[in-house]
Amino acid sequence: MEVSAEAKRIMVVALGKLYSSRTQRGGLRLHRSLLLTLVMKSARDIYHAAQTTTAEGMEEDREDQQPSEVEMTTETSGTPELQGPASLPLMATDADVQGRTQNQENTCLSGPPHHTRKRRGKATAEPDFLPCKKAKLEYGTAQQLIVTSVLVDYANCSSELGPSPSPIPLQTVIAAC
Amino acid sequence: MGEDAESPKINHTFLRDYVTEADVISTVEFNQTGDLLATGDKGGRVVIFQRETELKGESEEAGEVGDSGEYNVYSTFQSHEPDFDYLKSLEIEEKINKIRWLPQQNAAHFLLSTNDKTVKLWKVSERDKRPEGYNLKDEEGRIKDVSTITSLRVPVLKPTDLMVEVRPRRVFANGHTYHINSISVNSDGETYLSADDLRINMWHLDITDRSFNIVDIKPANMEDLTEVITAAEFHPHHCHLFVYSSSKGTLRLCDMRASALCDKHTKLFEEPEDPGSRSFFSEIISSVSDVKFSHSGRYLLTRDYLTAKVWDLNMDKGPVETYQVHEYLRSKLCSLYENDCIFDKFECVWNSSDSVIMTGAYNSFFRMFDRETGRGVTLEAWRENSKPRAVLRTRRVYTGGKRRRGDVGVDSLDFTKKILHMAWHPAENIIAIAATNNLYIFQDRVNPDAQTQ
Repeated sequence: MEVSAEAKRIMVVALGKLYSSRTQRGGLRLHRSLLLTLVMKSARDIYHAAQTTTAEGMEEDREDQQPSEVEMTTETSGTPELQGPASLPLMATDADVQGRTQNQENTCLSGPPHHTRKRRGKATAEPDFLPCKKAKLEYGTAQQLIVTSVLVDYANCSSELGPSPSPIPLQTVIAAC
Repeated sequence: MGEDAESPKINHTFLRDYVTEADVISTVEFNQTGDLLATGDKGGRVVIFQRETELKGESEEAGEVGDSGEYNVYSTFQSHEPDFDYLKSLEIEEKINKIRWLPQQNAAHFLLSTNDKTVKLWKVSERDKRPEGYNLKDEEGRIKDVSTITSLRVPVLKPTDLMVEVRPRRVFANGHTYHINSISVNSDGETYLSADDLRINMWHLDITDRSFNIVDIKPANMEDLTEVITAAEFHPHHCHLFVYSSSKGTLRLCDMRASALCDKHTKLFEEPEDPGSRSFFSEIISSVSDVKFSHSGRYLLTRDYLTAKVWDLNMDKGPVETYQVHEYLRSKLCSLYENDCIFDKFECVWNSSDSVIMTGAYNSFFRMFDRETGRGVTLEAWRENSKPRAVLRTRRVYTGGKRRRGDVGVDSLDFTKKILHMAWHPAENIIAIAATNNLYIFQDRVNPDAQTQ
């Protein structure tokens, strides 16, 4: 479990760095963002590998609860760009990112009106791991919720490298946090 | 910042330690003769140092041609200003990423300096004479009353105090979408390349509104991006060859005679990954931060986070030499990742005879490796531990075994004191080390001229 805990920590740190690099002077550094997404990817893969071996038993019990959880969390964190190693840096170099972030921040975590898992194009892809304005009042809990929702997305997303790993129930992920 | 006698409780030490961000040196480069040394900083300024030549007859002996000269400030100018990209709402930093001197062709010196987006060509010239004896102006420059002029004379050049003038001669703008990381002057003396994360452009020194794109690794879909260009350099003798390094640790040698767009490399230099040393951070630490051709043009020197490698141009299967710069950090990668140090980009340099390589590390340490013996030495660029003209003593990081006096433990290393930028004199054993906002110049008095030892 140590490996998966370290993998999780690395992912969280990478997210924090990616987020803070948006406000850096000089704009987003493509090289740095690429390295961070690569680290996140390898941490995610290792996290998967560690979790699938240990969580297999618990999966069967929670399978029926999964669909609704998946929908709820997918809406908030449907972040296809986190899958690809470079869509995050790309998205950040788009000219309209700054403007769209403002809109997205107001709508994230506002409930699950649409359950689409459709891959959003790069123009609309937003870093949903950013704390949004609504959640700022309860910053601590919002932060954790966003982190766990991102992690669930990692657990549930389809990897480009191969077949998607078996989905991990939300409870297990939160417990790991 | 002296002691305040009335309020002894106030701690002023933070004032002494405060370093203006703008003063941090970001690049160091000797010119081709080594007489001039240029530094660029984060505030967009360039400071040029000139070596003093001892012209006094008493100090000149047979064989000693003023080689004990010191470097003093020759000129300072503001190369780049903070800029703003209105389309993307992004600030463009004025930090000077690289400076490269052009080979000298006349009395003036030319250098290229670049920030993230714009390359500029500067002309550095001396003026030590001024014309005197104008007909229509008096000595102060005021227009004379025409009626007082009774005769005509030719103005005469009279010596005056030395003035160094720096003027921008070319501005090569709008060539790059991403951040420029390298510039390199071609041996043909007419062109140079500039490289950003995804593209390399070739410019003619006289033409600013056009450049040729010679490498483009931007994928059609940015989500497929897996590597970026980290450094690029022209071959020192062959004007058609250049090399660029990537974040994956590969080097690509390209021949411009092959095609206009050199996306397809002529040679790919890659070391197979050791599966045993795989970790979360394998990708980050394999990213090449600097690449330099040897003076002979036969070898390449690369630097990644933990090692410096020498590659033979004739062998692309792997490096011919690998030097461990600070292997003791391998177990600390996680904390170096958290404090961002793992992203530091260290430079590496050759000495003039290609027998020694040098690169920087943390705690104000820098390392030199003798290629013949394979041995490395650790030196320190830290004012408090050395007086001017004192002999540098070697340092050691304690990694186990018998601990000697003066050894520094790995956990006591100061990771804020990083030696990223450095330069080696083209002909002599003189090195310039940039340590945050300080520039150290070390000279080898025992073996001043480069010899193969």
